[in-house]
Order: sequence, then C-alpha cells, then structure tokens
Amino acid sequence: MSEEMRRDARIYLLGEEVAQYNGAYKVSRGMLDEFGPRRVIDMPISESGFAGMAIGSAMMGLRPIVEFMSWSFSLVAADPILNNAPKMLYMSGGQFGCPIVFRGNDGAGGQLGSTHSWCVEGLYSNVPGLKIAIPSNPYDAKGLMKTAIRDDDPVFFLESERLLSIKGEVPEEEYTIPFGKAAIRREGTDCTIVSWGRPVHFAMEAAETLAKEGISCEVIDGRTIRPMDWTTIFASVRKTNACVVVDQSWSFASPGSEVAAQVSEHCFDDLDHPVLRVHSDDVPAPYAQNLEQEMLPNPRKIIAAVKKVTYRA
Amino acid sequence: MPTKTVFTAEIQYLSILNEHGKFDAKLGKDVIPDKDLLVLYEHMVRCRYLDEVAFKLQRSGRMGTYPQNMGQEATSLGAAYALNKDDWLVPCYRENCGLFYRGLPMEYILLHWMGDERGNAIPRELYCTPLAIPIGTQMLHATGLAWASKYRGEKRIACTFFGDGATSEGDFHEAANFAANLDIPVIFFCQNNFWAISVPGKIQCSAPTVAQRGLAYGMDCFQCDGNDIFAVVKTVRDAAKYARAKSRPVFIEAVTYRLGDHTTADDARRYRDQAEVDMWKQRDPILRVRQLLKERKLWNDSKEAALKEKVEKEVHAAVERAEGIAAPSRNDFFDHMYAELPEDLRLQRDTMQTHSLGEVLEESGVRSQESGG
Ligand SMILES: Cc1ncc(C[n+]2csc(CCOP(=O)(O)OP(=O)(O)O)c2C)c(N)n1
Ligand SMILES: [Mg+2]
Repeated sequence: MSEEMRRDARIYLLGEEVAQYNGAYKVSRGMLDEFGPRRVIDMPISESGFAGMAIGSAMMGLRPIVEFMSWSFSLVAADPILNNAPKMLYMSGGQFGCPIVFRGNDGAGGQLGSTHSWCVEGLYSNVPGLKIAIPSNPYDAKGLMKTAIRDDDPVFFLESERLLSIKGEVPEEEYTIPFGKAAIRREGTDCTIVSWGRPVHFAMEAAETLAKEGISCEVIDGRTIRPMDWTTIFASVRKTNACVVVDQSWSFASPGSEVAAQVSEHCFDDLDHPVLRVHSDDVPAPYAQNLEQEMLPNPRKIIAAVKKVTYRA
Repeated sequence: MPTKTVFTAEIQYLSILNEHGKFDAKLGKDVIPDKDLLVLYEHMVRCRYLDEVAFKLQRSGRMGTYPQNMGQEATSLGAAYALNKDDWLVPCYRENCGLFYRGLPMEYILLHWMGDERGNAIPRELYCTPLAIPIGTQMLHATGLAWASKYRGEKRIACTFFGDGATSEGDFHEAANFAANLDIPVIFFCQNNFWAISVPGKIQCSAPTVAQRGLAYGMDCFQCDGNDIFAVVKTVRDAAKYARAKSRPVFIEAVTYRLGDHTTADDARRYRDQAEVDMWKQRDPILRVRQLLKERKLWNDSKEAALKEKVEKEVHAAVERAEGIAAPSRNDFFDHMYAELPEDLRLQRDTMQTHSLGEVLEESGVRSQESGG
C-alpha cells in the first residue's frame, strides 16, 4: 500500500484504528508517520458511513483503500459495498467508476466466535461487478494488492489473520500479479485440488501426506475468486482426471460449489469420479478451539475426499 | 421577519458521592440503604478481583481475549440494582458487575471468554441477552425487546449498554429514532469512557456531551457520574420509572473510564497519557464507597480482609467450574442450529462428512438404518 501511495497521490487509506494505532492488526504500521493524517485516516465506528463516503470519493476520482478491522464488520456496510460500489458504473451508464479497495481479515481459525469469523467470499462472490482477491502468501499479497489498487473497479481484498504472521520471500522491486491467473503450488498427476486463501495451506499439508501414500496431487491456488482462472483449472483436471475443491466458506451456493459445477460442465468426460467439495461444516463457526478446527476444511477431510475421488478409500 | 428561539435544551449532570468521597445527603437520601450498599460494594470488589484473575488466565494461555471492566463497575451494577429483576439487561461486553448482580454465575463470563458457547446460554429467568460483540447491534434488539413487552401489555422495560464509540454506528441512531417515535420504553445507557480502543471520544462525537445525541430524537437525556454508584442508581431509577409510566425511551450518559486496556489484546499505554490514567484512578468507583462505608462505621480493615478472602475463594471456585467443564464434542456444534435439525444437517452430524452432500446421502447408510433396515 505504501509503495502505491508514494506513486499515486489519489490513493488514501481509511478505517477504524488504521492511523494512530497502525491498524488493529498492525497492517498499516508506519503509514501515518509517512503519509500524515490527510491520507491515513481514523474513522468513527461507522462502517456503513465510511464505506459509503469512500465510494463517493472514488466516484470523484480518488482511489480509497477501506480497511474493515474484520470483514465480519463489513456486514453492517452491506448496502454500500454490494448495492452501490459494484453497480455504480453500470447504473450511471458508465459515468461514475468506483476504483476502490475494501480490505481486511476474513475467515475463521482464531477463536473469535461466529460473529467475527465470516468467510465473506461465500456471500460476496455471488455479486457481479466486483472482484475478489484472496492471497495465500506474502509474495502474492504484495502483487495482488498492487493490482487491486490500480484496478478501476471495486476490489474486495480478503486477508487472513491466521496468515499475517507467516513469512515468505517478497522482492523489494516492483511487480504485480494479474487477476484471474492461478498458481500451481504443487504439480501432480492423480488429483487436482483447487483452493484459495488460507485453505491452500491445508491442501498442501494434505498433498504432502497423500504423496507418502503414493497419491500425487496437483494443488492450484486460485489467487482471485472473481475472476477465476478456469483455463488453468480445466487443464489440470484434464490431466489428473480427478478434482477436489477446498473452500473455507459454507458449501451451499459458494465459490467452491461454483468451481465444482464448472468443472463438471467442462470436464465431464475427463472425470473418473464426480468432483467433491471440502468446505466448512454447515454450522456457525464454533467458539471452542477443538470444534473450530473440526469445522474448518482441515487436512483430514481433504485427504478423505482425495482418496474417494481416486478410489483409494 | 423577526427570528425566535424554537428550541433550547440543557443536560443535567448528577453527582451524589463525588470523587473526593463527599456525599450529598440531600440528593442521596433514600437512594441506597446501607445494607444494600454493603452488597453493592461486595459485588464491585468481587468483579474487580475476577478481572485480575481473568487477566492472568489470559496471559498464561488459559483464556482467549478478555476485556477488563476495571473502573467501570458502578455503571452496570447501579443500573441492574435500580431496575426490576425482570427488566431486560441488554449488555455489550463490559457489564460483568451488573450481570453478576442480576444472578449470572461468574463461570458463564469465564466460559464465554475461554471460547465456549455454553457461556452464552444465560438462564431465561435472568432476563439478560448474550454479550454483543458486533458493536451497536444490541441497541436495536433492546428496542425490539421493549417493543414486544409493550405489545403484550407488560410493564417490563429494557436497558441497553454501549460505549461512546458505539454511538457512531447507524444502529444506535436507528434504534433511538425508532424508540422515540414509536414510544418504546427502553433506556439507552451509554458508558462514556472517552476511548474506543485507541480512538478518542471526539472522533466519535464532537458535541460537548454524548447525551445530547438523544435530544435530537426527542427523548429525555441525562448525564451522571458513572463512577458514583449513587448517581447511577438514582438516574436509572428515575429513568425507569418514567419509561415504565410513559412508555418512553430515555438516554443516559454515564461518565466513566476504563482503567485497564481495551482488551487483553491491547496495550493502552501506546495511546493514553499516564497522567490521565492516574487522574481516573483517583476517581475509582470502589474507593469512594469504601471510604463512605468507613465513615459510616460500617467497614474496617478486618472486614476488608475477610471480604478479600471470600471473593478469592468464590472467584477461584468459578474458574475451577469453568475449566472443569468437559470439552464439547463435534456433535455438539449441530445443537441449537435450528429448532429442529433438518435432514441434511442430521446426516452431516451422523456421518461426519460435509463434502459433496449428495454422495453422503446415498452412501452413508444412515437412511436405511433409519427405515429400520
Ligand atoms: C461492527 C463492529 N465494528 C468494529 C468492531 C471492533 N471493535 C470492538 S470494540 C471497539 C471499540 C468500542 O468502543 P466503545 O463503543 O466506546 O466501547 P468501549 O470498549 O470503550 O466500552 C471496536 C471498534 C466491532 N466489534 N464491531
Ligand atoms: Mg468507549
């Protein structure tokens, strides 16, 4: 964000605790000092209010980055972010664009209880007019963030509190990662596992275990949900003839279910077994730690699904 | 055309037992009888000690995040004391003392912050709703609860608690508008502690009082010293009487201060001046009651020592009960999902599988067992 703000004076950051406090999760550390209170702005606890105002400023050509302390709090701002931002260009006949980034922590896993553990990709990916990026590692976080900020449309950038502390190589120099371009995290021949965001790590863990049992998995990290990189996914399934989708949102009408449907439609003749989906269980995120881990699409469930589609169960 | 004043207003601030321990005998007459004052004092001391223990539990990894109540005990306690036992208490997350006074066993609060939903299963007869962590949402629920009472012709009112920061949420403004325009007997009880995590009060409300926010909606508004249990009790008692009789909302701003961090995940030293904290330590709601009790010859050091021992025992027993409860099992998380668990979820529970539900339905064998196969 800082690199982009140095490059483009139209970009500013706003949200609860982003300035004085360096962000509730310290994501904006040092930004107030560098850019001052005009461009790094603390907001009252009025998610609907500041999301709506930021949209107004984006219509005037500014490029706001709106931090939700947690994506769970974006629910009280549903109207501006879903009903206004993604439709602004459409409903103004192309007059007003909405170059805005909404970002914050998404997903369960930190024992925050059900109201603070939303995987909003399950809800928001249903909405046309917006883009969703969901990085699984630090390298992607930088490349996708730059693309998000430069995009002329609203981008929902889903971070994970559980991934904030992971370390990875991040080049100093400038690079961007295009939206809709998946990464193959691990090559394999027996089964394609498609995932994005934090569950990519669960998929890698499962693939590791399965490799020891002689099952070779290809793990695809979608990196963005809207747009989804169908080309890479279909090519992989045509090679492995089996597919498991791992998605941390609930299965009903989710991005994971969309992938299962698309793969079934486009790769029907290539599949040896119907596509299986591994999601969070159909319950609100439990507060208790053991239950929360059980509820998530954990490696145990992924391994069971892969064995089933490869007939090794 | 000449102009004329069409509206003026003022907000009354009530203080009875001030920070120097000075008691206004006239205002304070019959507010809290001595025997009750002893009970209230004991509650505050117990609540303060629980804070201390919970903090240590968190630091040693035995509890998740915990918001200390330290410094704000008199607000919810005074309200719970002044209300009827079956008036709704609709808390946010810093109202331990009032909830305990109402009868909530301490282990419920401990369980909640240890990450166990069972801490939220507050017995119905206590008329308390679960802690509301999404800021502001509970004010609308309180308005709805009071509305339901009115609808049924009951005399029960609701009192909802929230912070200064929460008055920035649309939920507050909509609840206030609703309650005032539809004549709903709900008390909006704002605990103005001047901070919303690191954000100072003036970013949430730049008017001189938070109380005057209620004026705009046409409701009666009062301010009181939130660290003065007498002022809180009198303000809430009068408000409740009025709300009940007239079926009208009231806004109360209790001026207070959290002496601790926002939660155990916070370090308030990074944004607050020590001088400010020290000043508020002088205004501690517990100290002044102890002093008054001593002046009235109702308290002494040996009683204090005995009380300390008593609350230590009680708190440690509560911790034991909270930690001793058996861990929930995987099947438990399907409980309380629906009034009646639908078939597909029942299958998820019984088969421990959620992927590709169609597959599970056919292969689980649960169906055939069910049909007596
Ligand atoms: C809708 C929503 N937005 C943001 C948060 C994060 N949050 C938790 S507590 C808090 C500050 C609340 O301040 P205030 O209302 O003054 O209450 P206090 O903690 O000071 O008693 C914030 C911003 C939240 N829980 N819910
Ligand atoms: Mg506050």
